[in-house]
Amino acid sequence: MSSSTAIAPVSSRADLSAAGSAANGTEEQYVTFTVGSEEYGVNILAVREIRGWTPESRLPNLPDYVRGVINLRGIIIPIFDLRARFGGGLTQVTKRHVVVVMQVGERTRGILVDAISDILAIGHDAIKPPPDVDSGLIDAEYLSGLYTAENRMVTLLNVGKLFAGEHVDQDAMPRAALETT
Amino acid sequence: MKKKVMTVDDSRTMRDMVSFTLRGAGYEVVEAADGQQAMSAIATTKVDLVITDLNMPVMDGLTLIRKLRAIPAHRTLPILMLTTEADESKKAEGRAAGATGWIVKPFNPDKLVSVVQKVCG
Amino acid sequence: MDDLSRFKQTYFDESAELLAVAEAGLLRLAPGEVDMDEVNAIFRAVHSIKGGGGAFGFNDLVAFAHEFETVMDGVRNAEIPVTTELVDTLIRANDLLARLLSHASDETEAPAGTTDDTVAALRRFLGKDETPAEEPPAAPPPATVYPDDEDDEAGIFGDALAAIQAARDDQPASGGPIPEGKVRWTIVFRPKAELLLSGNEPTYMLRALRRLGEAEVVCHLDKLPSLRDLDAELLHLSWTVTLLADPQVDRAQIDDVFEFVADDCDIRISAEAPPPAVIPPVEPASVPQPAPVSTAANLPQPAAPAAPPTTPAATTSGSAKPGDGAKRPNGGAGGTGGDHSGPTTHTIRVDLDKIDRLVNMVGEMVITQAMIAEHLRDLPPGQFQELLEGLEGLAQHTRELRESVMSIRAQPVSSVFSRMPRLVRECAAMTGKEVMLVTSGETTEVDKTVVENLVDPLTHMIRNSIDHGLEGPDERERIGKPRAGTVHLSAAHRSGRIVIEVTDDGRGINRAKVLSKAIEKGLVQPGASLSDEEIDNLIFLPGFSTADQVSNLSGRGVGMDVVRRNISSLGGRIGVYSTPGEGSRFVLSLPLTLAVLDGMVISVGEERFVLPLTNIVESLRPKPADLHGLVNKCDVMMARGEYVRLVHLHRLFGIPKAIDDATKGLVVLVETEDGSRLGLVVDEVLGQQQVVIKSLEANFRRLDGVAAATILGDGRVALILDVAGLREMSRHNTSGSDAGSPSASPSLPAPADRSDQRQRQTV
Repeated sequence: MSSSTAIAPVSSRADLSAAGSAANGTEEQYVTFTVGSEEYGVNILAVREIRGWTPESRLPNLPDYVRGVINLRGIIIPIFDLRARFGGGLTQVTKRHVVVVMQVGERTRGILVDAISDILAIGHDAIKPPPDVDSGLIDAEYLSGLYTAENRMVTLLNVGKLFAGEHVDQDAMPRAALETT
Repeated sequence: MKKKVMTVDDSRTMRDMVSFTLRGAGYEVVEAADGQQAMSAIATTKVDLVITDLNMPVMDGLTLIRKLRAIPAHRTLPILMLTTEADESKKAEGRAAGATGWIVKPFNPDKLVSVVQKVCG
Repeated sequence: MDDLSRFKQTYFDESAELLAVAEAGLLRLAPGEVDMDEVNAIFRAVHSIKGGGGAFGFNDLVAFAHEFETVMDGVRNAEIPVTTELVDTLIRANDLLARLLSHASDETEAPAGTTDDTVAALRRFLGKDETPAEEPPAAPPPATVYPDDEDDEAGIFGDALAAIQAARDDQPASGGPIPEGKVRWTIVFRPKAELLLSGNEPTYMLRALRRLGEAEVVCHLDKLPSLRDLDAELLHLSWTVTLLADPQVDRAQIDDVFEFVADDCDIRISAEAPPPAVIPPVEPASVPQPAPVSTAANLPQPAAPAAPPTTPAATTSGSAKPGDGAKRPNGGAGGTGGDHSGPTTHTIRVDLDKIDRLVNMVGEMVITQAMIAEHLRDLPPGQFQELLEGLEGLAQHTRELRESVMSIRAQPVSSVFSRMPRLVRECAAMTGKEVMLVTSGETTEVDKTVVENLVDPLTHMIRNSIDHGLEGPDERERIGKPRAGTVHLSAAHRSGRIVIEVTDDGRGINRAKVLSKAIEKGLVQPGASLSDEEIDNLIFLPGFSTADQVSNLSGRGVGMDVVRRNISSLGGRIGVYSTPGEGSRFVLSLPLTLAVLDGMVISVGEERFVLPLTNIVESLRPKPADLHGLVNKCDVMMARGEYVRLVHLHRLFGIPKAIDDATKGLVVLVETEDGSRLGLVVDEVLGQQQVVIKSLEANFRRLDGVAAATILGDGRVALILDVAGLREMSRHNTSGSDAGSPSASPSLPAPADRSDQRQRQTV
């Protein structure tokens, strides 16, 4: 998967950000990855590391896209299955699958994707707003824009919003009851 | 073989100080917070010396000394009492109970070590 | 030798606890019913503060503590009657002691005269009336950190010097010229037969003499009885020691050797060559060459003959082997100051984050070590023995390391609980109610930050209980309750959380009133049908504070909603259980995020979970006859003569490939916070293990039925189950058949106080 805008391998992320900001103040680095035939990108500043798949421990009574939790050097982080999140069913994991560990606010979480594809420096003006899609189909809130690299479309994700529902602490109170009738 | 000293004191500070000082001088130190704890610890661990405070909850130091002396195996166990202000009446009581000697609190670390060496080598 | 100032922080911490103990005791102290244990505890607290203070040279504090202690001693010996005035004075004294401690801690001086009034007040109880400025307190040691008066520091039983002086003359001469620059001491040591019974050992005394110089020891067997008459506990030997010592060695050092035994023996000491009197006193600071004194003579492993019978009269040569090197300079004559110059502090303040990192790393180590252990288990037996032993050592060290690291942060809740009696006293006074506070479980340890954050919620909950929960004494009497209401404050570890309960035996929550207020405030829509429990919990809603509930006590602008918010910010939960006319129970549970838990690892399908050991009663494999269906909705099982509701963990958690038939799997009988039981159906019990509690909330969120998570030996995450949560879930799952558990608890179960310690107080 070659790309003219790919300027460095994943491992030298620090150089990248420097290069990116030097080139253009409005340009930012994105890590892109694939899920099936689709390509998604997240802001590199949110990415803490990329690691191979390790078996998760399941969590009870949650939507299937919450795969479970893993041990990341002593801290416990949840892993979300991006394919399942987008309604594509659970990923059949293999050793080649990767987890993108991201820092979202104060929380660390991982998303399971098929493969890392690229690092892109994207100027703000090159990002097109997402089309007006049926909100019943996809919740457009977590899409921060679309970007065209060569002839591919990269969907840029707003990770903060993507799993927003998953860190709202459940209220132990019977609040639902209070709102009835 | 390191000699094992038991420090019995309800004050953690005092126990820490005794332990620290004696460990520094090459002793092994076990701690107990009152006479009762000391009794049960001694039942299972052989110690070479007991250094006990007098005023403690549950079982005071003098009672501890008397109880230990009542046990044949501990009749010759060195027991030092830690007392404040060199209270003469306490010393006499301690002596009658079977204490080996006394150390006055606050103690000088060197003095503590030399006294301990004197009674248990 | 390091100095002891490194223990200052321990001292201040301990003193703070002791002050709290003393305060709690003083608050309970009342004329008439004097609990001597209590009085002794107060005395000991003050005594310990004084004792430690002396070690650090806090003279003002020691002087004042001494006054305080003297009065407490009088109380303890029943010489001073307990009056309200006395108690007030003592409480004041305790407060003042706290102030002096904080001055000592800040290294500031208390303003001159700070203690005058209180000291005067204390002395009045002793029948003294002088002003404190006139007469400096007698007992405490003066300015120096260690008193120099050797004789007072440690001693002999009896007047050693007199005995020694009396015996100066008698001396069997040991011939030969005295070497240049040496002094020859002759010491005749004839202990009484009972010497050994005081725990003294002559061998060590002889060794001590050898440390002072080159010694020749002769053992006399003249008193030794025949073997038949020998009593092994009696001493029949005596010794003559000829000691060639440097002139720096003085008489006091030799006397010192025998200081504990002077009463139990006959000792004669004499010197030849330069008479002892000429030897200049040894100033610790001015010893120019400390080395020769101390290393001059040293001990070869001494001398069996010193010990009792069999060996015949013998002369052991104690000549020095310089290479042995004395381990430490002997005595140094009290010179501690010389070792270190300049003040060094051994207490440091450490950022909590740093400790947290340490705690995390230790947690990692525990896991890594468990991982290694798991791999090694697969090795062929008999081989790699050393590796296994090494690992065992590592495991031991890791455990100790973890314990010490954990202990840095863990604190007993007693530091919070002990503030409550005062609060209760104030509240009772303000409301005119009679209140008895009962506390239990105060030794329960919890993380420091949690302890600190407990103060406000507990304060508010207790105020709330007294203000709203308890009836006035007259009303209580009218309805057949004791005039004094009881507030029970308890703490316990359960399911990897600390559970704190505030229970009162008051009127309970007035549901009709709460509901109507909630409707009035728009918090609940009119006509909503709420269960009793839901109504009770309305009091935690923001904005729920009713006009006629505002009083000068609780109505300080803080509602239960704030309490609840504070608790949830700590990752905790709070709930209330109330029975009209019988009382209310607030249950607050908080995670022990840094704690370690003893757990049982169980498996369900391919998943593994950890059950806190504290919840587990037993695990059993039921026979088909033990199982019963209940209205086709849930299974119950007969266990120990009691019907217990079965909960299939795999059903609750939706775990595939698990055993459904309890007779094929295992039932773990667990007990929840309020004592009710549940049978958890699991596949297998894998074993007991200590696990490091990891937060699930930090990066994700709380889950029903899950207390926290941990990492097992293979590096995989396992969830720690929350038994109470599981019970809640299973209730909802089988809702409709609320007859779920025949042993279903009433809404106000007996307060869970299987606690070890209880304290009562009347106000």
